Amino acid sequence: MTTTDMPRKADAGPGRSVSKKRPRGASSGGLRRAVPATTLLWILACLYGLPVLWFILSSFKPAGDLFSYPLTLVPHHPTLSGYLTAWRSANFSQYFINTTLVCVITTILTVGASCCTGYALAKYDNKWLKAFFICILATTMLPGEVMLAPEFLVVRNLGLYNSFAGIILPAVLTATGCFMFRQFFLTVPDELVEAARIDGARELSIFLRIMVPLSRPIMLTLAILSFQWRWNDYIWPLLMLNDPNKFTVQIGIQSIVGAQNINWSVLLGASVISMIPLIVIFLVFQRYVMGADINAGLKD
Amino acid sequence: MTKRAADVSVSPPRRRRSTYTLAPLVLIAANVVLFALFFVWPAVIGLVYSFTNYTGVGAFQFVGMDNYHNLFGDSAFYDALTRTLLYTVLFVPLNFALSLLIANVLVSKHAKGASVARVVFFIPWLLSPIVVGVLWRWLFGENFGLVNYVVEKFGGSAVPWQSNADLSLVVVVVAASWAWTGFSMLLFIAAIKNVPVSYYEAASLDGAGPWRQFISITLPSIAPTSFIVILLNTINAMKEYPLFVSLNNGGPGTSNNLLVQYIYQTGFQRGQIGYASAASFVLMLILMAVAIIQLVVNRRVENR
Repeated sequence: MTTTDMPRKADAGPGRSVSKKRPRGASSGGLRRAVPATTLLWILACLYGLPVLWFILSSFKPAGDLFSYPLTLVPHHPTLSGYLTAWRSANFSQYFINTTLVCVITTILTVGASCCTGYALAKYDNKWLKAFFICILATTMLPGEVMLAPEFLVVRNLGLYNSFAGIILPAVLTATGCFMFRQFFLTVPDELVEAARIDGARELSIFLRIMVPLSRPIMLTLAILSFQWRWNDYIWPLLMLNDPNKFTVQIGIQSIVGAQNINWSVLLGASVISMIPLIVIFLVFQRYVMGADINAGLKD
Repeated sequence: MTKRAADVSVSPPRRRRSTYTLAPLVLIAANVVLFALFFVWPAVIGLVYSFTNYTGVGAFQFVGMDNYHNLFGDSAFYDALTRTLLYTVLFVPLNFALSLLIANVLVSKHAKGASVARVVFFIPWLLSPIVVGVLWRWLFGENFGLVNYVVEKFGGSAVPWQSNADLSLVVVVVAASWAWTGFSMLLFIAAIKNVPVSYYEAASLDGAGPWRQFISITLPSIAPTSFIVILLNTINAMKEYPLFVSLNNGGPGTSNNLLVQYIYQTGFQRGQIGYASAASFVLMLILMAVAIIQLVVNRRVENR
């Protein structure tokens, strides 16, 4: 839990990483060592990449070619028909809009609430704050799946059944988010807060005008993580939503899998479409995820 | 941390003090409300309902420990519990070994193209469990899948990946390890990069080979991260559901119904909320035991 500054330290200077391991290898026999390491790396990478590649390439095959032997990696007659059918049929475009809406709202609320809580936990020293910190810790030990039935009843009693609010609100408090912001604000010097106080700034405006802008990178990291968790959520939306017009993408895909005869062409298209937003976000903001100070508190 | 006697004298103490109570309170208010609504309240009524025969609507009676008694006489619950434990026992070590291996290869300066490869390893983690399930169902289809095609190409006969209960569990274990590698790997990379280079230099001068260095330096140095990875993966495995649903729907038959699926079915399909709550509390106790064991062991390791 004290790992905030660790990744930073690790890539602090290019000079450090050059002398990383086995310094003898650097000067002599670099190639001799590079060949087995690189080979092993790329064999593993192929094992991990191949399933996705096979899946994506298959999705461009016309329905009739999907099962024709011999199987070929690259489609002979690439087509978008699977995608088009998936997009048009079964309200898939509606699911896509619903999911985007839920993800965006949840993410904004999660980032806001986590930022506030993380700042309070890092910069104020009250007994009840420490107690609340332990409460947040407890939520990591108990995933929502454990309280499926009672949580459903609570949300129903609040009148949120079959509404987006019923999906959004229970997901806003995340221990991970609070941890990430707490760890970040601990690294911000207390003197900064003190100086602002002496200048007569009020507590909340110190937070809003100094601290919030400082924490922009953490916000982005948490936003990406939160968007991904909500986009991939399945069981909670499944329980909460009754109206097919409100379904999310994951429920849509699962309903294709659950059909008597799986329409693989549509299923492949729908699945690939559902991957696109996350992969695009990830590739654009890669460094915020890869260098993230994610640690112990991680949970969705 | 922030309040010192010297600061208090700058402005009237009473006013300052009230600000310090109010500001943090305002800041955490949203999460306190959410915590009470969606954590404390369900936990309390869940515990209460686990002693009743509540069906989700209408009146209910307290039945004492009956639900818990019945639970341990219910073979479907036992099967789900043992299957969940088996799945966890298979998945956690496999994921641990794979992600540690990959993290080590990635930080090695001898491996070329590591930054591209890292993205390849990470992409499976982005996919939803539902899509991961679809993807592996497609790969391991008995009559049409790529894997059986390759097996037959090499002269083997088609393997019943879906109709044999044990094999279909193995497919899920492999799929889950594949999907979770990216995340565990990221934690391991950060930990390995933090091991002081001088340790390796000294070991190298003493003539220790790469394997020896890994066993004597890397593994002990990253022990705290290892525990975190094991804890998170154990919790994730114990609550796995969507991956099974889309990969083989807990099949063949009901042989791979895991705990969460059992809770879902009893609670929401058969309307036995009280009974499902009891099952939830058994799952909760297991998770708490796992977390406490992990915390104790972790503390012991860190204090060494």
